[in-house]
Amino acid sequence: MTNISEGLKYTKSHEWFDPTTGRIGISAFAVEHLGDVVEVDLPEVGTEISQGDELGTVESVKTASEVYSPVSGKVIAVNEALADSPELVNESPYNEGWLIAVEIENNEELDSLMNSASYQEHCSEEE
Amino acid sequence: MTQLVKGFLRKEPPIFAKSVPGHIGCSLRDVKEDFADIPAEFKNEEGPALVELSEVEVIRHYTRLSQWNHAIELGSYPLGSCTMKYNPKINEAMARLPGFTRVHPLQDESEMQGSLKLMYLLERSLCALSGFARVTLQPSAGANGEFTGLSVIRKAIADRGEGATRKVILIPDTAHGTNPASVVLNGFEPVGVSTGNAGCLTLEVIKPYLNENLAGIMVTNPNTLGIYEKNLKEIAAAVHEAGGYVYMDGANFNAIMGKVKPAQIGVDTMHFNLHKTFSTPHGGGGPGSGPVGVTKELAKYLPVPVVEKVENSFHLRYSSEDTIGKLHPYYGNFGVLVRAYTYIMELGEEGLFKATEMAVLNARYMRKGLENTLDLMFDSDTLHEVVFSDKTLKKETECTTMNVAKRMLDFGLHPPTVYFPLIVAGAFMIEPTETESRADLDYMIETVKKIVDECHTNPELVHNAPVNTGIGRLDETYAARKKILRYTPENTK
Amino acid sequence: MRYIPHSEAEIREMLGVIGASTVEDLFRSIPASNRCITENPSRGLPEHDLRKSLEGLASLNRLHSIFMAGSGAVFHAVPAAVDNIISRSEFLTAYTPYQPEISQGTLQVIFEFQSTVCELFGLDVSNASMYDGASALGEAVLMAIRVLKEKRRRVLISSAVNPNYLRVVRTMVESFGGIDIEMLGVDEKTGATIYPDVIDSDVAAVVAPYPGFFGVVENLAPVTEKCRAAGAISICSMTDIAHLSILKSPGALGFDIATGEGMGIAGTSGMGGPSLGLMACKDSYIKQMPGRIVGQTIDSNGQTGYVLTLATREQHIKREKATSNICSNQALVALAFTVHMGLLGRQGLRRMAAASHSGLKKLTDKLLSIPGVSRPFSGSVFNETTLSFDCDIDGLRKHLSDRDILFGVPVRWFYPDLAGNEKMIVLCITEIVGDEDIDAAVSCVSEYMEGLK
Repeated sequence: MTNISEGLKYTKSHEWFDPTTGRIGISAFAVEHLGDVVEVDLPEVGTEISQGDELGTVESVKTASEVYSPVSGKVIAVNEALADSPELVNESPYNEGWLIAVEIENNEELDSLMNSASYQEHCSEEE
Repeated sequence: MTQLVKGFLRKEPPIFAKSVPGHIGCSLRDVKEDFADIPAEFKNEEGPALVELSEVEVIRHYTRLSQWNHAIELGSYPLGSCTMKYNPKINEAMARLPGFTRVHPLQDESEMQGSLKLMYLLERSLCALSGFARVTLQPSAGANGEFTGLSVIRKAIADRGEGATRKVILIPDTAHGTNPASVVLNGFEPVGVSTGNAGCLTLEVIKPYLNENLAGIMVTNPNTLGIYEKNLKEIAAAVHEAGGYVYMDGANFNAIMGKVKPAQIGVDTMHFNLHKTFSTPHGGGGPGSGPVGVTKELAKYLPVPVVEKVENSFHLRYSSEDTIGKLHPYYGNFGVLVRAYTYIMELGEEGLFKATEMAVLNARYMRKGLENTLDLMFDSDTLHEVVFSDKTLKKETECTTMNVAKRMLDFGLHPPTVYFPLIVAGAFMIEPTETESRADLDYMIETVKKIVDECHTNPELVHNAPVNTGIGRLDETYAARKKILRYTPENTK
Repeated sequence: MRYIPHSEAEIREMLGVIGASTVEDLFRSIPASNRCITENPSRGLPEHDLRKSLEGLASLNRLHSIFMAGSGAVFHAVPAAVDNIISRSEFLTAYTPYQPEISQGTLQVIFEFQSTVCELFGLDVSNASMYDGASALGEAVLMAIRVLKEKRRRVLISSAVNPNYLRVVRTMVESFGGIDIEMLGVDEKTGATIYPDVIDSDVAAVVAPYPGFFGVVENLAPVTEKCRAAGAISICSMTDIAHLSILKSPGALGFDIATGEGMGIAGTSGMGGPSLGLMACKDSYIKQMPGRIVGQTIDSNGQTGYVLTLATREQHIKREKATSNICSNQALVALAFTVHMGLLGRQGLRRMAAASHSGLKKLTDKLLSIPGVSRPFSGSVFNETTLSFDCDIDGLRKHLSDRDILFGVPVRWFYPDLAGNEKMIVLCITEIVGDEDIDAAVSCVSEYMEGLK
């Protein structure tokens, strides 16, 4: 059983969004499949992104995996710590391993995301 | 400093750490320096910090390093898709003839008739084997050949005035990674098509793309599952009908040489890998050579210069209005061409065809030997290689393809290609080549069986492999995170 | 056939195991409509005949004992030790080091190669080599476009970049599409490139040769400075590296990316290859660098080892999003380069440069004393220069060739529109040319030009 954080919203492609902080990251399920993260490529602050667009990549030794934005909005912060410590994504995917924070444009988009229970179900189907 | 690891295997620090001020390894005359005419603003008084070592020290260093490598001449090297066959010694001797190595590439062509004749004859041989009208020897590797063939297609399409619309190149899901990358470098758009249940392409999956946007299709044949693309002739006809071209990745030409001439089944352009099919050494990663064959229609687009025979002499023809340009500053990796030509002359067509047959015999023997040990995902006949999956193994034990591969090292065997092609889960891709004896094959089969057995009985052992190599499992994550990409004294203990 | 270890009996037995009755059965998956027939397949040759045949071909080439031509293919004095090491089967017949536990030899060599290139070029990171100096330059241009996120599409290239390199760069850039190449002219008097005073803000990269095709070396620090001011990437192109023991490194001059050709040092310049593309750049560009890279790491017991790293830039992982399609490298040539650099070391490379430079000076001084010989360009030179000969230069070069001297490369072959080109020859001297060779060449030139009067 994979670790799923309550209170977050999830996508089918395993990103999470925190409606209170605006932070985006990838789930523990995604991290387990990716392996040790060695590089994180993120957009600059101020970039406008749309829901479903590729916002960056998270790379392990053997794969480069695109991260898609769960919501539309403007990037207001980037997790600078990841440049030197990409392992934070592995160690703490829901906290210190966050990727970027956005200012959400349209709260209705949240309805298209899963809550932790349905995401749990989604993960067990993919397993 | 140097330290004994096992037996006489010695661990060497980077050569820079061994430098001793005042040691010298060269025999050049010490000419009086006179750099007064060079302006001070771009003179570098200190010079680069290179090593100072005698010849003895340098030779020992590299000889010791060589002992850390596995190589064909030490044993089987069954990497699928790579064709690690024996590299004949005579090829090396011929490539070192001073008559070839001491020719300046810009000598007058009348003064390099021998080199030009060799290039001409090699081109003729490759044409005869493949059915193409012309072959350029310029591309430095298979990927460079792909780039060349696709550039030729791009130019031909542009000449028809369809450059803006015909952008799609179809690529099967079994393709080498170089294929989509080469497509993008030519401004085309790669579109994936999936392999059918029999492990080969069908006309059905191509049909939706047969329109005015189709630039062509890029097919490896036999494909990376080792299966002959039996529908290729029909697919080629349909692609032509729709106005597209057919590129064949000839990485596996060694499986069909003498059986199929690609130009006769509708292939418009194809690259050869001289370092696979024609026995030139891989050298730890190169130099390779990737000549490209084209049909008569496309010959005018080949890179310049082209070698032409006029009466009894050979000429470098640079004048071509339609050429895609140049791939290499001169004529390609010429030394590799000499080796391949030597091989072709030694074997003759008879020998080359025999090599094809024995390569397939060996691969089928391996398949038979392991078919009850690992999973086969496709029933179809395979030719020069076979791809197994770790599906059952993974389900029944804690072990994967990677564990089996690493454990093979403990038995003195190089593992096959792993995790490629991507459409087979936990792919384990074996290409023994024709130069392996039945005893070599039997040893590989017995070893893999033994390891699979260990996966059930002693998975711990397999997980910890390799244990018999001079160095243990290497930490790739550490390398990627630390990014130590050059020598520094601080990083050398 | 000596490379196939199968007796007829073994073949029969193996077919039996497989369950096939003939070898032909193994190919039944190929449809009959696809099969070809080769009437009377040619037969092979025994080794002694093969040798005779190849030696016969080699003998058709005219060999010179004195080399005064470079223009991208330089001949250096390469010690026998280099060929000895690259002939070792362990290096020669190994594959790409995908299984690091049994490829530490090749991996450490490449790590040392990268370190050597970084040191020579004065830059942070090098890859495990490119095909040749020309495609390395083409890759550098595409890399610059990517570093600037494809927002700038203009590239300025000096006309003094080796024209064969330029041709390769054009082929690569045209295929990629959407990039404009603009050529920068050469000053008729000095032979130096005319770089713009101010570089426009839409320029992605400026390519400067070091030295240029005519042999002229210039101080490129102001050029890289202007690039930096404009946010453009400066790229250096070199056809040899011996001058880097005396002249400032590209990094010290402020270049962001440096490329070069290493076959002269490797000793594989015959017929122009196998060649060796060198490439190094600043740390911050590493994600956009093409080709293999080796990194240092540790094994399960904590001991130092080496692996291929940062592979997510490459085609086998990124496929259509990769930095390049390059898959192989010129590993064996890189080994030859590394071994030779190890033997030369700090002192040897300096001796090489001193001998080449003073040799060229001697040759030039002596030739210029012959009436009808002049120097069309006034710029500083290192070991390559352009001279004008007031005579039929084809006749002159033939005259010297008959005396075993390869006397440079005619400029008009590469610059058909340059004024005075029909008289110009680019000459190159390396440490393999001795004083007596220079005297022989000078007296032949003198003889030819005197004879015309």
